[in-house]
Amino acid sequence: MAENVIGTDISPPDLRAKITGRARYAEDFRADGMVFAKLLSSPMPHARVRGVETRAAERMEGVLGILRAEDLPIRSEGMREAALTDEPRYEGEPILAVAAVDETTAAAAVEAVRVDLEPLPFVLDPLESLREGGPDAHVDGNVAGRGEVSRLKWPAAVFEEAGTDRLPMGEAPLEWSVGDIEAGFAEADVVVEETIVHQSVTHHPMEPRSCMAYWQNGKLFLHGSTQSTERTRGNVARMAGVEPDRVVFIGEYCGGGFGSKIAGSPIMAVPAVLSRRIGRPVMLRITRYEENYIGRARAGFQGWAKMGFRADGRITALDLYLVQDSGPYSGAGDVFTAGTVATASYQPDNMRFRGVPVLTNTPPRSAQRAPGGAQIVAMLEPLVDKAARELGVDRLEIRKINAPGHDGWLGARQGPFTSAYVREALDLGAELFDWEGKKKLSGRREGTKVTGVGIGLSPFTAGSTGRDGLLVIRPDGKLHVHQGIGNLGTHSIADTARPAADVLDLSWDQVVIVWGDTSKHLPYSTVQAGSQTTHAHTRANHAAATAMFGLLQELAARELGGTPGSYRVADGRVFRAGNRAAGMSFARAARRAIALGGRFSGGEVPEDLDDTTKAAVAGLVGQGLIAAARDNYPRAGAVYTWVATFAQIELDVETGEVEIIDLASAADCGTVMHPRSLAGQTNGGVFQGIGMAKGQRWVFDPKWGIPFTKRFYTARPPGMLDVPLSPRFAAVDRPDPHTPVGAKGIGEPPVGAGEAAYVCAVADAMGGICLCRTPLTADMILAELEGRPRPYGLLDTHV
Amino acid sequence: MAVIRDMIPPFELFQPAGVDDAVRLMRRHGERGWVLAGGLDSFDWFKDRIKRPEAVIDLGGVDELKGIAAGHDGGLEIGAMTSLADVAGNGDVRSGYPLLAEAAGLVATPQIRNQGTLGGNLAQDTRCWYYRSGWPCYRAGGNICYAATPRSMNREHCIIGASRCVAVNPSDTAPALMALDAEMVVADTSGERAYAARDFFIGPDIDIERMTVLEPGDLLTRIRLPAPWDGARWYFEKIRDRKAWDFALVSVASMLRVEGGVIRDARIAVNGIAPYPVRATAAERAAKGRAPDDETGRAAGEIAVRGARALRHNDYKIALTRNLVRRAIRDAA
Repeated sequence: MAENVIGTDISPPDLRAKITGRARYAEDFRADGMVFAKLLSSPMPHARVRGVETRAAERMEGVLGILRAEDLPIRSEGMREAALTDEPRYEGEPILAVAAVDETTAAAAVEAVRVDLEPLPFVLDPLESLREGGPDAHVDGNVAGRGEVSRLKWPAAVFEEAGTDRLPMGEAPLEWSVGDIEAGFAEADVVVEETIVHQSVTHHPMEPRSCMAYWQNGKLFLHGSTQSTERTRGNVARMAGVEPDRVVFIGEYCGGGFGSKIAGSPIMAVPAVLSRRIGRPVMLRITRYEENYIGRARAGFQGWAKMGFRADGRITALDLYLVQDSGPYSGAGDVFTAGTVATASYQPDNMRFRGVPVLTNTPPRSAQRAPGGAQIVAMLEPLVDKAARELGVDRLEIRKINAPGHDGWLGARQGPFTSAYVREALDLGAELFDWEGKKKLSGRREGTKVTGVGIGLSPFTAGSTGRDGLLVIRPDGKLHVHQGIGNLGTHSIADTARPAADVLDLSWDQVVIVWGDTSKHLPYSTVQAGSQTTHAHTRANHAAATAMFGLLQELAARELGGTPGSYRVADGRVFRAGNRAAGMSFARAARRAIALGGRFSGGEVPEDLDDTTKAAVAGLVGQGLIAAARDNYPRAGAVYTWVATFAQIELDVETGEVEIIDLASAADCGTVMHPRSLAGQTNGGVFQGIGMAKGQRWVFDPKWGIPFTKRFYTARPPGMLDVPLSPRFAAVDRPDPHTPVGAKGIGEPPVGAGEAAYVCAVADAMGGICLCRTPLTADMILAELEGRPRPYGLLDTHV
Repeated sequence: MAVIRDMIPPFELFQPAGVDDAVRLMRRHGERGWVLAGGLDSFDWFKDRIKRPEAVIDLGGVDELKGIAAGHDGGLEIGAMTSLADVAGNGDVRSGYPLLAEAAGLVATPQIRNQGTLGGNLAQDTRCWYYRSGWPCYRAGGNICYAATPRSMNREHCIIGASRCVAVNPSDTAPALMALDAEMVVADTSGERAYAARDFFIGPDIDIERMTVLEPGDLLTRIRLPAPWDGARWYFEKIRDRKAWDFALVSVASMLRVEGGVIRDARIAVNGIAPYPVRATAAERAAKGRAPDDETGRAAGEIAVRGARALRHNDYKIALTRNLVRRAIRDAA
């Protein structure tokens, strides 16, 4: 019997190539006759191109072509972003691209282009845009609806009423509620209220979104960096203006995406279209500088929250108002999810949510690891602590009191969860961290250093259903798992194949993962976003493996006699129960399947498969024993994962510097698929969240609308020295009953957990004072401790 | 002309093997030439196409500029092209001048310390992000300071020594060398001359387009350290937003000669608060003759920030400087 691989550590199939440097990322590819492109980007935050003079550039030796916005199948319009535009809506938005024999020539040609720009009013601060007469990010308006731009201005009285110490709250386009908010507050023994700012931050993947494209026989081949593979192809096809079956997308490795490369990037249109125009392969290497503009960012919030609590710590009411900095285009769904995520930890019987997504002339937003979730958790957890302090309730207890059990509910519709071991996760984390012991250190001063401890409890969506699995046993006897999902760096590319090995009782070294190239016949999959992948594709591959099991039994019965049900599968053989010799190897089964054809080798497939999967199977017909299946397993409820992070910090009262002494996290993410990878994902997310809270920044000059944090050293994402060397992690490891493998996703919730634990620990060290903003840098902390003027206004953003 | 960044334009590269050749090349190319040490500052400028020298004179092959050797009178001489990692790890530096070893060891990251040089760290340009973004400010030959307007983002800028420009000196080793009373030896085609550390760095009131005395044609060749004080106490601290690859918000370096429980002599330098590293001479005077304790530190700290003026977003630097000077006396060991 092969050992179950679920729950064990494995080396993923891409590890050796990554460590030795043999892994080829988009920018490493070359093609015969390849040339290079460079971008000309807007020097203004909002402008209209009145004219472009390119003759001098075109005359330069080695210049091969210039691509303008009008040459692209997808044009920028309203909320829709394109790769190039004649109405740039942020500084750094690409206006045109030049192709030349080398980058030096292309850059010189870009410099030789003269662009006549008409400056337009611009806005960085959403609140400024909501004032009467305030600037709008678009000519047509300032508020991002679902696809459309509209205009919203609040009367001056709204701002006057708010004064300088509260968020102005006018008419909100988004509003929902549960229960009766007024009754909830009437029931409360303690009410806490804060105005809170959460910054926008760029994603900073190590690999920028470089891409290379060429055409052969009417087919587009594009090498790019993406989180998803199969789901990127359709986007590339739309950008190039061709049908998806004319596109081969290749992306085996991804140097980080964090939500910024979910299914490709708009900029992929440039080499795709330019290479066809000039008849040469085109490489567009995106520099770090450019990545900071076109590389996506998390949406920031200017928010206000009021929470009511009963004396025992139970939340009676939550009133939440968020103004979102949406950037210039669609892409920031954060404000839509933030309120829902808030319900998942607090279960407020009475809640009102209001939100205003405001367009700004800052680089585009997209999902960033727990979009909306991380922000709201980091914004609200300190308020829970504030109430706990006032009520004299332990901070762990107050979270347990409000946390959902399996009968909990989610969002405005108050739908059910599939499972919720939240209290178990809190208890596990508390034990790992020694909360009982460490909370006694709160406020301890040694020399100039004061200890603070904090907890962040962070929920986020963690699964989806209905995708397809596709397995092939080839004549080599190995199980080939075709993965439509992308290799975004989390090991899910391998981990989601594990159920197939376990269902077929096959040792892991007999499993081959097929991924990263849409010409390799990949099935329909989720996008690698929303922490769906582990849940969705353990299900899909479980379904496909179960189908494969059946096919093996049928094939054996047909070849060797007896009933299918009398056959067992293990160790790469299908054999008669009780008699291992009476059977055949997978290799022989594959050869027989090829000979028999029909449904054994892809000639017939289940009707409910997605067309993408059907096409993939069609491309594999006759190559082995083929099983494809749709995930039809039932699921009733929202799949959510919770992470609880515990942080111990020391705050130096003479400098405002914070050092993290200890971190421990625990997760309810269902069955543990891969312990080492799970811990890595969790700790990495925790660090990313701490970075947002601690020192990472996205600073703009408010007068000129131009960002300064365009390089790693000015943007300051956290480094290894900023976190403890040995953060600890444990998982509740209880299977989700609504999925056959029991696994839920983990990618996103750790971000809010780390961020909130840090923010709460700092507030704890400051005696309960919450500065209620991120980033929470040393200068802000020191100013507060020293009683000096705050360095920034209450609602200032991009600081 | 459209602007494009992150792409180094072509230049002519010279790789002299000796100081004589280097200074001759520098003289020949004058303001159109550029002296390249470790490249950490230079390549940023080149990549952004803001500084576009015709000729780059790479000192990487000038071996006589590398190394650490005994100087006269029990001191030490460090070649300007010695890597920061070598400075931080050198036994003689660590035993005789631990303050310098500490400061050099806190620069940026291990990779940057391997590539970056002591001379480059001292002669580097300011990191004011308006100036580094290519804006036509005073320091870039224009007639405005973008960082000092009422809405400017100037959290990192100066509280002392502003003169039209409010940028700060970013060097970590500069305050350490000031507190150690080092000398900078500068060569040109006519020979060598030495500057006391405090004279080597200049403010915008002297020349708004330079951070040091070095003019085109001048080459910083080595740094001379006098013999260390016997039984000296020292302190170095660098406050920054993250623990690697970050410039100081404020840094402090101190050397104290303590005898009989009393500070007999003190040198305290602060960086990140002015366009040049600041010797806190008034604070030093206030500390002399007193015990190296919190009370003395507190008084010296208050004196150190006298006359400091905050911009819109950097008031915290006044408190931070005061507290760091306090620690530089109280916690020196």
